Amino acid sequence: MKLTGAQMIGESLVKEGVEVIFGILGGSVLPLYDVLPQYPQLRHILVRHEQGAAHAADGYARATGKVGVCFATSGPGATNLVTGIANACLDSVPIVAITGQVARSFIGKDAFQEVDITGITLPITKHNYLVMDAASIPEIVKEAFHLARTGRPGPVLIDLPRDVQIEQAEFNYPSKINRPSYKPTLKGHPAQIKKAAKLINEAKKPVIIAGRGVTISAAFAELKELVEQAQIPLITTLLGISCFPESHVLSYGMLGMHGMAYANMAVDAADLIIAIGMRFDDRATAKVSAFAPHANVIHIDIDPAEIGKNVRVDVPIVGDVKTVLKELNKQVDSAKRIDWVRQLDEWRREHPSTTIRDSRSILPQYVVRQIYEVTKGEAIIVTGVGQHQMWAAQHYWYDKPNTFISSGGLGTMGFGLPAAIGAKVGCPDSTVWCIDGDGSLQMTIQELATAVQDKVAVKIAVLHNTYLGMVRQWQEMFYGKRYVATPLSSPNFVKIAEAYGLPGLRVERREEVTPAIQQAMAEPGPFLIDFIVEPEENVYPMVPPGAALYEVLEEPKKGAKPKAAKDSAKLPVSNI
Amino acid sequence: MPKHTIVALVEDRPGVLDHMASLFRRRGFNIESIAVGHSEVPHLSRMTLVVNGANTMVEQVRKQLDKVVDVVKVSDITGDKVITRELALIKVKATSSSRSEIMQVVDIFRAKIVDVAADSVTVEVTGDEAKIDSLLNLLRGFGIKELARTGRIALTRGEISPLPVKKPPKAKGQKATK
Repeated sequence: MKLTGAQMIGESLVKEGVEVIFGILGGSVLPLYDVLPQYPQLRHILVRHEQGAAHAADGYARATGKVGVCFATSGPGATNLVTGIANACLDSVPIVAITGQVARSFIGKDAFQEVDITGITLPITKHNYLVMDAASIPEIVKEAFHLARTGRPGPVLIDLPRDVQIEQAEFNYPSKINRPSYKPTLKGHPAQIKKAAKLINEAKKPVIIAGRGVTISAAFAELKELVEQAQIPLITTLLGISCFPESHVLSYGMLGMHGMAYANMAVDAADLIIAIGMRFDDRATAKVSAFAPHANVIHIDIDPAEIGKNVRVDVPIVGDVKTVLKELNKQVDSAKRIDWVRQLDEWRREHPSTTIRDSRSILPQYVVRQIYEVTKGEAIIVTGVGQHQMWAAQHYWYDKPNTFISSGGLGTMGFGLPAAIGAKVGCPDSTVWCIDGDGSLQMTIQELATAVQDKVAVKIAVLHNTYLGMVRQWQEMFYGKRYVATPLSSPNFVKIAEAYGLPGLRVERREEVTPAIQQAMAEPGPFLIDFIVEPEENVYPMVPPGAALYEVLEEPKKGAKPKAAKDSAKLPVSNI
Repeated sequence: MPKHTIVALVEDRPGVLDHMASLFRRRGFNIESIAVGHSEVPHLSRMTLVVNGANTMVEQVRKQLDKVVDVVKVSDITGDKVITRELALIKVKATSSSRSEIMQVVDIFRAKIVDVAADSVTVEVTGDEAKIDSLLNLLRGFGIKELARTGRIALTRGEISPLPVKKPPKAKGQKATK
């Protein structure tokens, strides 16, 4: 059967089980968009900026575990995807981005809207392709989806010249890929697993640090079995949140810069760290040389390049988390670590970290907690990046698997709204809340139009504090309260919402918070609440940059003088 | 910082060289030399890179290179028993009086004169880096007009290749070993 290149893309996407494409068209993808009506299985959602397309595909992929797909035209369309692709790359999210390219004969001639997107995205994709003949499309698409979703997932880009889209060729969809060089290791090495089990069985003070790898591998049950069988306290990274029920007695929250004080203390005191599907990011470890100084480290990860990259590892196990844990659990003894667990509970009592103080104004933490109460913890929470992101991580308790979606590695402000749209499209039966800041939301606010046009019922909570709050907090603490370029004159978001065609509420009083959330939930469509919150609220606990995990600052007690702020000049240079 | 010889077997596709080079660039490595050509397997090329870097850094880059989809296998063969060769073409100033002296030096190094002109001779030499360096040192006295050197290429000695392409045939009743 002879098809055009564009039809081949359509056929191939259908064969890969794609349901939805986020994108914007343009000159170089016109032939591709022209054939879309021939494939009614493929729902196209028109975004307002290509960055939104990549983030929506990302949010869709994280919420569903499927590959997210986005389209963009050549040149600026393709470069606008770059932030979203980098975001997916750092957080190991499977997306396939298809970009138009100028016709083959124009490539390399600085033609109108030509850009070397395969060159630009080389370091931020798992792999990419410039398609030079239509006949190769089926093989490339098959391979692209395989690469995106297997091993350590990641973004793959296919650059499709305009004339290749109209070229005709025979369509044969391959049943498997031919890539001898690509063989992710799934099964852990038995000798290493044995060593790990021995260390676990001998450990007095073990701690598990679970990351997004657990969610990607859907190893929720296996992780729970390990925790319960060996009675090992569990801590997560930011992206590990919701891989384990947070109300579980052995769950001790998140570690790191804004992690729970008791979680950081546990890591500091532990004699064994079992790191599962995480990569020792600097925001999680704090000062690396002082990380878990008394502990042996077992590191389970599918990517061999992560082993020993940031911290020394005693027992590396390269493999898929679920497969490795299944084997490991067989060799781990049942144990009771009463003293250790009691110690952690005591730290938790002494350093509660998530207590919300009384306040007449609306505290952002309180808003997050009320969203938790009203949604009964059943919602998918998607965040932007900033203070609100940390409060959403700290003050909502995630008991359901895979219900926290956030930009961890790249820390992309503006991720929230488009990713929430993607998540809601992928999980139409779940309640999806986008908790965002006034700064972060304004980076992709145009996607409100997408939610309205495609009737995507996301609920948006803006924690509106009139600052780029996280940066303001750093200026307050480390730059002598010199608020340079952080005060924001944010718009009235309700009026903005109304202009885009969705209902909204502005909430300025504490007692209006819960009713507003309830009203948002009762609305069938998208809804925005503009919460006017305490402007100079800080995120605590906080490990200052360059400090060790145990040097955690907690919220100053009422009336107590806040700790003298160190000036940035005195701070170590590492990653400020 | 120690010098490392890294060999890689890569699929013969556009962008591989770019990708490999960018991984070194990002970590601030200077690639001292790079040589690429066909290998014994069709569609696979063999690359030899010489880089300067701390051992742990080189190991991290090696792992990152291994992640590149088009890369079949990468090894750091520094310290292994290897044969390394480079080739150089050296255009040396030559007068009728110095020409015979140059020819003597060239002979000692088992190099060849591949072109003779009125005021120069061009020498072709292969060998390891040290040999080429010492020949160059001797020829410098005559005046070097132009110099072209290939990067280092390397193979391990004997039967063991750090880059197994095909698995050895399995003997009956014997478990495959890695």
